[in-house]
Amino acid sequence: MGILDGKRILVAGVTMDSSIGFTVAKVAQEEGATVVISNFGRALGITRRIAGRLPREAPVIELDVTDDEHLASLPERLGEHLDGLDGLVHSIAYANPETSLGGKLLTAPWSDVSQALQVSAFSFASLTTACLPLLGKGSSVVGMTFDATVAWPAYDWMGVAKASLESCSRYLARDLGPKGIRVNLVSAGPLKTLAAKAIPGFEELEAMWSDRSPLGWDETDQVPTGRSVVGLLSDFFPATTGEIVHVDGGYHAMGA
Amino acid sequence: MATTEEIRADLAEIVNEVAGIPADDVQLDKSFTDDLDVDSLSMVEVVVAAEEKFGVKIPDDEVKNLKTVGDAVAFIEQAPQA
Ligand SMILES: NC(=O)c1ccc[n+]([C@@H]2O[C@H](COP(=O)([O-])OP(=O)(O)OC[C@H]3O[C@@H](n4cnc5c(N)ncnc54)[C@H](O)[C@@H]3O)[C@@H](O)[C@H]2O)c1
Repeated sequence: MGILDGKRILVAGVTMDSSIGFTVAKVAQEEGATVVISNFGRALGITRRIAGRLPREAPVIELDVTDDEHLASLPERLGEHLDGLDGLVHSIAYANPETSLGGKLLTAPWSDVSQALQVSAFSFASLTTACLPLLGKGSSVVGMTFDATVAWPAYDWMGVAKASLESCSRYLARDLGPKGIRVNLVSAGPLKTLAAKAIPGFEELEAMWSDRSPLGWDETDQVPTGRSVVGLLSDFFPATTGEIVHVDGGYHAMGA
Repeated sequence: MATTEEIRADLAEIVNEVAGIPADDVQLDKSFTDDLDVDSLSMVEVVVAAEEKFGVKIPDDEVKNLKTVGDAVAFIEQAPQA
């Protein structure tokens, strides 16, 4: 018996086995879910290979969240593998590291900033909307944030995108609550994934995180984050929506 | 135990499949980035495919040391079977 027994889940944004989405998919399968994973562009080839490292090889579908056709055809393409959706996990973010991260806040061009906002924030709404025909009462949407209430070294426009994502999540919770659909975010501490390694200077955060967190923090362990996402997908948070659950060792609650 | 040449040939096949580079060009002295134009995303895929093919684990921190095809073959030769 698992807490996701019989649930059908899409995890969008899996590239490597280090991806947060990979661990979410793994824990979800261990808890009884049927999982489909997605990715976009050239990274799709990696995802297809990595899918075989899950406890049960998951179907991989192509989904570029900036491609309207991909979004429009998503219910149909998901329908080949699942007869509905009980959970949607958005584990997607992008900002051009050359122009928009690592100390480039003042000079980043709008074209790159708008891309960061589209991929990392707007897509939380557009992907959810695309899946809406499949999502019923009691289903759960979960996204991934990095605490956007304060400014961080290096995070720059991704931080601004995360602030948008956090707000977007509250508005989605408002609009989807009447349909019985919950929308929440997990705010994770720094984890060594492809996305994190692309941020120039992000390692500085990793070092201090473990010192300041009352529970400590292992930036190489995606499991606490994956388990928490699965918790939110399950029926064990039935009255929680518009929430941001911190899975960060307690870092956010400390003043120093 | 596979010979150096067998490992090189298998790796060349992977590089060809992932990045479309003619397998014959994938020789021990060739640099992945400078000579073969394998970019970082393709390199990630080559590593994943090589892990599956050779049954080894190539840690992230190790990948940046694998500058040439010879470096990768040498790493695979000495890596314990996963
Ligand atoms: N790693 C961390 O320290 C950390 C901390 C908190 C939150 N997060 C968030 O977790 C989520 C997952 O990131 P990760 O750290 O696992 O890195 P990751 O690189 O493994 O995952 C990011 C995924 O987004 C996908 N993606 C990018 N652009 C896309 C597009 N246009 N369409 C569809 N998919 C696209 C990538 O292909 C990749 O699979 C992100 O939202 C990230 O901001 C990460």
